[in-house]
Amino acid sequence: MLNSFMQMRLKGLVILAVIILILPLFMSNPFHYDMATQIAIIAATVVGLNLLVGYAGQISLGHAGFFGIGAYFSAVMTSNYDWPPLPTLLLAAALVGVIAWIVGRPILKLKGHYLSMATLAVGFIIAIIINNEGWITGGPDGMPVPSFSVFGWELSSFNQYSFLGMEVNGYKAWYFFAGLLLLLAVWVAQNIIDSPIGRALRSVHGSEVAARVVGVDTARYKSLVFVISAVYASLMGSFYAHFTGFITPHIASFEHSIVLITMVVLGGMASTFGVILGAAVLKLLPQVLADFQELEMMMFGLILMLTMIFMPKGLLPTAQKLLKKKMSRKKVEEQA
Amino acid sequence: MSALIDVKGLDKAFGGVNAVEGLSFSVDAGQIYSVIGPNGAGKTTLFNLITGIYTPTKGEIHLNGESVVGMEPNKLAERGMSRTFQQMQICMNMTALENVMLGRHLQLKSNLLTTLLRLPSLLKDEEDCRDHAIELMKFVGCGEYIESDASAMSYGALKRLEIARALAADPKVILLDEPAAGLNGTETAALEALIKKIAAQGITVVLVEHDMKLVMGISNRLLVLNYGRKLAEGTPEEIRNNPDVIAAYLGG
Amino acid sequence: MFAEFIQYLFTGITIGATYALVALGFTLIYNASHVINFAQGEFLMIGGMATVSLLGMGFPMPVAIVLAVMLAGIIGVALQRFAIAPAKQADVVTLIIITIGASIFIRGIAQLVWGKEYHVMPNFSSDEPIRLFGAVLNSQSFWVLGIGALLVVALVLFFTRTLMGKAILATSMNKDAARLVGIRTQMVLMLAFMLSALLGSMAGVTVAPITFTAYDIGIMLGLKGFVAAALGGLGSGVGAVVGGLLLGVVEAMTAGYISSDYKDAVAFSMILLVLFFMPRGLFGSRVVERV
Repeated sequence: MLNSFMQMRLKGLVILAVIILILPLFMSNPFHYDMATQIAIIAATVVGLNLLVGYAGQISLGHAGFFGIGAYFSAVMTSNYDWPPLPTLLLAAALVGVIAWIVGRPILKLKGHYLSMATLAVGFIIAIIINNEGWITGGPDGMPVPSFSVFGWELSSFNQYSFLGMEVNGYKAWYFFAGLLLLLAVWVAQNIIDSPIGRALRSVHGSEVAARVVGVDTARYKSLVFVISAVYASLMGSFYAHFTGFITPHIASFEHSIVLITMVVLGGMASTFGVILGAAVLKLLPQVLADFQELEMMMFGLILMLTMIFMPKGLLPTAQKLLKKKMSRKKVEEQA
Repeated sequence: MSALIDVKGLDKAFGGVNAVEGLSFSVDAGQIYSVIGPNGAGKTTLFNLITGIYTPTKGEIHLNGESVVGMEPNKLAERGMSRTFQQMQICMNMTALENVMLGRHLQLKSNLLTTLLRLPSLLKDEEDCRDHAIELMKFVGCGEYIESDASAMSYGALKRLEIARALAADPKVILLDEPAAGLNGTETAALEALIKKIAAQGITVVLVEHDMKLVMGISNRLLVLNYGRKLAEGTPEEIRNNPDVIAAYLGG
Repeated sequence: MFAEFIQYLFTGITIGATYALVALGFTLIYNASHVINFAQGEFLMIGGMATVSLLGMGFPMPVAIVLAVMLAGIIGVALQRFAIAPAKQADVVTLIIITIGASIFIRGIAQLVWGKEYHVMPNFSSDEPIRLFGAVLNSQSFWVLGIGALLVVALVLFFTRTLMGKAILATSMNKDAARLVGIRTQMVLMLAFMLSALLGSMAGVTVAPITFTAYDIGIMLGLKGFVAAALGGLGSGVGAVVGGLLLGVVEAMTAGYISSDYKDAVAFSMILLVLFFMPRGLFGSRVVERV
C-alpha cells in the first residue's frame, strides 16, 4: 500500500523507457529521429517547467529566456573560447540558477500574477540582448554550435558509432541519448514531487494559507522550484544547442516561452507524463498543419482554444478520467 | 504557572472599522479555552491575529513569554502554534494522507540533494512520517480514508482531517475555528471526545465555537466577545451566571 | 536640443496614449474576471485593418471607423461568450492559454483575409506636419491624444454615472454579492470584454496612420499594454493611464538618446524595477487576504 505511488512512478518510467526503445521501429529516416530527439529535449524542459506551473501553481512567461541562456552560453563558450562542453553546460545552469534566484526571491514573496510579469520581462530582456549583441551571438542570423563531447568522446549526428558490435548512426545515438536525458529528467522530477519538498510545493497550490500555518516558508519554496525549473531549461537549452548544431534567437523568444507553457497546460498540469505528451503534440502539430499552408495559423489557434475549453485539465488527465469511467462502467456491467 | 498565550490591548481595524478592540486575555498551558460570541463578534479575526495571518493594528501577543506580533504564520508554527480554519483549508490536489504528512513539514529535514537523488535517508524519514500520519488519521477517526484523495472525502471527515494535520506538527497549542459547524449530533459527540483526548495529551486547545452545549461541557475557561470587545471571561459556571452575557445572548 | 526633446516627448506621449488604452482594456477585463487577456492586442489590429479595408471599399472615413470598431466589439463579446465563459471552472493559467489560442486564431484569420503585407492608412486630417518649438509633429498625433483623452473621460463617466458601469465595478469587487443584488454577472463580463475591445480598436484605428498596420502588430502592442498595466499596478485604472504614458515617454527617450535597439529592453527593465521596489505598481491597491 505504502508503495502504490512508488509502483506508479516505476510503471510510468518503464512505460516511457519502452516507448523510447520501440519508437525507432516506426522511424525510417534521419528527419524522424531529428524530430524525436528535439521532442525529447523539449519534453525534458517542460517536465521541469511543470514543477513550477503544474505543481506549485506559478506562471512563468519567460522560460525560453533561461533555455536561451543555456543554449547561447554553451554555444559561445565552446565555439569562441574552446571551453569543454560539459563543464560549460553545468556552469550555464549554475548561472541561470543564480539569475532565477535573484529575480524570483523578491517577486515570489508577493501574491498574484507578479511572477508572470517578471518572467515575461526577464525573458524579453534576454532575447533582446541575444538579438542585439551580434558580435558574440551572431544576432538574428544565429550561430553554429560545436557538437557535444565528454572526455574526448564526441556525440554528433554525422558520426558513426559501434556499440556492442552494432553499427549505430550518429542521429540514432543522439536520439537514445536524448531519451536517456528525458528519463533522467522525469526521475528527478518525480523524486521532487514525492518528497517533503514536493508536498510543500503542492500545498502552495492547494492552499497557501494551510501551507503557511503548518510551517512552510512559501516564498522560499516557490523560489526553490522556480530555480529548479530554470535550471532544467538551461541544461536542456545547452543540449538542444549541441544537438541542432545551429541556434537562432527564436529559442529565447516570448513565442517560445508561450509554446513551452502551452505544452504544460495542454498536456495536463501536474501530470509529468501528460506534459511529455503535450510537448510531442505541440511539436508535431505544426508539421501536420503545414499542409494547410495559409490556414495553419488559424487552425493552430483554434485547436489550442478548443482543447483548453473542452479539456481544461489537459489531454492526459482527461483521457485517464475517461478511461477510468469506462472501466468502472464495465465493472458494473460485469457484476450485473 | 505562566500563560502560554498572553494577549494585551489588541486592536485590529479594517478600513476604520474595529473588528477587535482593546482585547486582553491569557490562556494557560494545558487548558481548553473557548472563545464565544455572536456572529461578527471578531472571533475569527482574533484567531487570524494570533496565528499571524493578520498583523494587529495595536497591541501585544506573547507566546510562551516571547513577543510574536508581526511574525509570519510559518515562524509561529515553528514555535508550536497550530490551527484549523472555519472555511477548511485542505489541499484538494493531494491525498488525505499527504495532507496529514504535510503537517509534519517542520519535523522533516528537507535536503535538496537527498530529495533529488531519493537517497535512503529520505526514504526512511518518509516512511516514519507516513506511519505517524496514518496513526493520526486513525486517532481523529479518518481511518477509512487513508488511501483516499482529499477531494473524495465527506465534509465531516475533512474537518477531522484538518485536525489531524494540525496535530501532525506536534504543537504546543492548537486553535480550532468552529470545528463543530455543519456536523450532526453523532459527529459532534465524537468531536467532543476527540478534543478531550487532544487536551489529555497535554496540548492546549483554543476553540471558537457556536455550539454552546459543546463549549460549556469541555471548556476550562471561556472568553465572550461582543463587537470585538471582551464582554466577559471566566469558567463556564461564571459565564452562565454573568448578567452581561445573559443580556447579550437573550437580546435583553 | 530643446526641439529634439519636444520631438521625443511628443512621440512618447502619442504612443503612450495608445499603450494606455490597451492597458485600460487589460485592467477592465482583469478586474471583472481576473483573466489576463492576451488577445487584447488583436483588437488594435482589427481596428486598424478593418478600417483600411473598409476605406478601400469606398466607405467614408467616419463610417469605416465606426464599422471597424463595432466589428471589434462583436469579436470581444464573442471571445467572452464562446471561449472564456464555457471554461469558467478552469484554472487561471488555462484561461490565459485560451486567450493566447484566441489571439493566434484571430491573427490567423486576419492573415487569411488581409494578407501578410503592411497596410497604410491615411491621416484623419491633413498630412501637413505641425511645427511646435522647432519640432515637427504629425497631425495624427493630436487625434490620438484627443480621442484617447475623450475615451478616458467617457470611461470615467460611464463608471461613476451609469448603472451599467456601477454594476461592472460591483462585480469586480465581489462577484457573489453582485449576483445576490441581482446583477447578471455573465452580462457584466461580456460588457467588460466589449468595452475593452472598443478601447483597443479605437486605439488601433487612431494610431494606424502613424505606425502602419499589419496582421501581426497586435502581439507587441498588446504586450506593451500589459507592461503598462503592470507598471501602473494591475487592476488600477489611473495606473493604466499613467503607466501607458510613462512607458511611451521612456521608450521614446531611450530610442532618441541611447539606442533604439534597446528601447524595448528599457520597457521590460522598468517592470522589473517596479516589481522589485514598489511591488503593487505605481497605483496598485493593497488587498487584504481573507481566510
